[in-house]
Amino acid sequence: MNVLDIVKPENQVFCKTKLMTDTTLSYCPGCGHGTAHNLTMEVIDEMGISEDTIGVAPVGCSVLAYDFMNIDMTQAAHGRAPAVATAIARTWPEKYVFTYQGDGDLAAIGTAETIHACNRGENIVIIFVNNGIYGMTGGQMAPTTLEGMKSSTSPYGREIASMGSPLKMTELVANLPGVYYVTRQSVHTHKHARKAKKAIKNAFENTRLKKGLSFIEIVSNCNSGWKMTPNESNIWMEENMFPYFPLGDIKVNGKLK
Amino acid sequence: MSELKLMKGNEALAEAAIRAGVDAYFGYPITPQSEVIEYLMTERPEERTGMVVLQAESEIAAINMVYGAASTGKKVMTSSSSPGISLKLEGISYLAGAELPAVIVNVVRGGPGLGTIQPSQADYFQSVKGGGHGDYKLYVLAPASVQEMSDFIEDAFDIAFKYRAPVLILSDGLIGQMMEKVQLKDQKERISNEELIKRHDSWAVTGKTNRERNIITSLDLQSEKMEARVHRLMKKYEQMEKEDLRFEKINCDDAEYLIVAYGSSARIAQKAVELAREKGIKAGLLRPITLFPYPKQELFKLADQVKGILSVELNAGQMVEDVKLSVEHKVPVEHFGRTGGIIHTPEEILEALEQKIINHERIRYSKTRESSIL
Amino acid sequence: MTEEIIIAGFGGQGVLSMGKILAYSGIMQNQEVSWMPSYGPEMRGGTANVTVILSDDRISSPYLKIFDTAIILNQQSMDKFEESVKPGGVLIYDPNGISHHPTRTDINIYQIEGTKLAAEMGNKKIFNMVILGGFLKVKPIVQLENVIEGLKKSLSERYHHLIPLNTEAISTGMNKITPFKVEKQVFS
Repeated sequence: MNVLDIVKPENQVFCKTKLMTDTTLSYCPGCGHGTAHNLTMEVIDEMGISEDTIGVAPVGCSVLAYDFMNIDMTQAAHGRAPAVATAIARTWPEKYVFTYQGDGDLAAIGTAETIHACNRGENIVIIFVNNGIYGMTGGQMAPTTLEGMKSSTSPYGREIASMGSPLKMTELVANLPGVYYVTRQSVHTHKHARKAKKAIKNAFENTRLKKGLSFIEIVSNCNSGWKMTPNESNIWMEENMFPYFPLGDIKVNGKLK
Repeated sequence: MSELKLMKGNEALAEAAIRAGVDAYFGYPITPQSEVIEYLMTERPEERTGMVVLQAESEIAAINMVYGAASTGKKVMTSSSSPGISLKLEGISYLAGAELPAVIVNVVRGGPGLGTIQPSQADYFQSVKGGGHGDYKLYVLAPASVQEMSDFIEDAFDIAFKYRAPVLILSDGLIGQMMEKVQLKDQKERISNEELIKRHDSWAVTGKTNRERNIITSLDLQSEKMEARVHRLMKKYEQMEKEDLRFEKINCDDAEYLIVAYGSSARIAQKAVELAREKGIKAGLLRPITLFPYPKQELFKLADQVKGILSVELNAGQMVEDVKLSVEHKVPVEHFGRTGGIIHTPEEILEALEQKIINHERIRYSKTRESSIL
Repeated sequence: MTEEIIIAGFGGQGVLSMGKILAYSGIMQNQEVSWMPSYGPEMRGGTANVTVILSDDRISSPYLKIFDTAIILNQQSMDKFEESVKPGGVLIYDPNGISHHPTRTDINIYQIEGTKLAAEMGNKKIFNMVILGGFLKVKPIVQLENVIEGLKKSLSERYHHLIPLNTEAISTGMNKITPFKVEKQVFS
């Protein structure tokens, strides 16, 4: 039996969703972005809403998300994705609109846009990938960088007195009445990825039911920025990120947990 | 039959936006243009035409909302005044880079900084020389009356969609706040989503159907691709110069002296020309209606006919540079303008024409309150 | 015909709305009009002025230095605009609160007790219509029926029941405006 005998449609047990393009991912091996992309696209595919979905890519590592996601997408200025998505959702109320943003984009430069889109309860989905560092620009400190964590702009570790505490954006927006669903997930194991996918699906269902804003934080790794192997970074994430950014639902059906 | 009304420039612009079938307006209040969003909110355009009006949390959010709706092929606009436009420039650069149609209105006030809320034309450089980052230009329309505040909305959207490029309506506090008679156009229907998709399916992000996915971005990490994008933009600007240049000549046929002025200054300068003619001075007025493209060739030709040119602007001397570039040193070119929110009077303009151009003598800074001339 | 007017007084006196009614009246008789306010922080109590032009031809500058008529309703405006009246032009003022009366002898000056008359009529808000009446007596540039049409256009419908009162105020102004003679200054 050679390879061609095995690679037959009837033998196939798993394939990547057709909503992911064949473009090679630009993410570092071991990075969580690929999984997060894939889960999002799987949900859109399974819900059969790809023709009615418009994605908004941020500035950061996932700026090129539109190269990988095989749907219509627009790319926003740094931090402004929630404003861009607001306008699309307001002028196309029947569409599914989501933003895909990193921690620098969403929790630093775009704080105002994030909070106000949430406060207005825009009927959109925000997927927020938090890896505690600025990946694309080469490992600078993010608003979510943990205390003592080293980065190229906190080379001796984040010091709370001068640099402030890591920002819990997710808890912050959960307190706004316009926000319907808030959860924090991760995608570093199959088990976690399955839960994250459920959360993403729940979020897009909320859009369908016009429930308002759904906010999904995905705590992820940045093995390059953290200067670790992928495995080490996942272990480090479990031991250090999760205690500060605990996984689980924060607000469900408009009610805080 | 179209309707005759007495309206402020800002109100006429807002009403024209509803009647032109604009899909959405995103803005943030700032004097002297707050009447635009106030009028829109009062008029319930959502009920009248289905137009979306939203007060954003900042000018930055507003321009990025414009970017979002423009990405989907909707007719979308924003308005602000100088400090707010400075904040919008990042978004305007993105709109230009991503080749999106949109209309931005600047009801200019004096600067720099927080400046003054009184009228000014000190945003000329910002409007026609880029403003934001990168190689781009805006098509710039300069209304000089309340009627044009109304008429230019449709014109601006026509250009924006013809070139898939952002268009700026450069007004000022005087035109925005004054009331004049305005002939309103009949209500146009907003185009349906089906029609929109039919027209803009080659580029707009409306959801991927049986076609390649559409992507709106201004990013090209490959330098050759980015250069090709810049060349594409430059081609559009060349075409604008050929096909969509607009200007108006008043009393130019026998003019020996020429005033160049746009917007509110053109109105005041026109009165100065009338006063000059009463005194037997053969003065004429060239009024650029588009500031980009600029009537370079017309000025070059007029320079053969006149003895000198005065550029009149409510600023410390900005458009005068383009006048000089256009006439290529054929005749003397001088600038006159008040700043700080002070509006020059027709008499001051005539005096400047006589002293700076006709008498070829520079006047010294006078300390008198009403006639200090820079 | 072109009439260039400045109306100046306190915010809250109805300066801007008086100008607006005048401009609307001009539109009613097919004239070109412009209405250019001073704007900004001049709210109630501060100074407010508006330049109104009515013309049979296209109006060039909406902003002017000198005027055919100045309607002056407080002392600050008198100090600022008395000199802005063209020689041979008209200055109309309400003497209420004026300590320095106009002194020019090359213009026609009229007094109208707008504040007093409006108070006597029991409605301070019609002050500006009394003044407008006075102006129209001196410069009948718009027909009364066009002013009433202008009033209808510039007032929202829920105030239309006040139109008779406003018309009455205009007539009162027309009847009560009087020429003012500048007396030679006596220096002691």
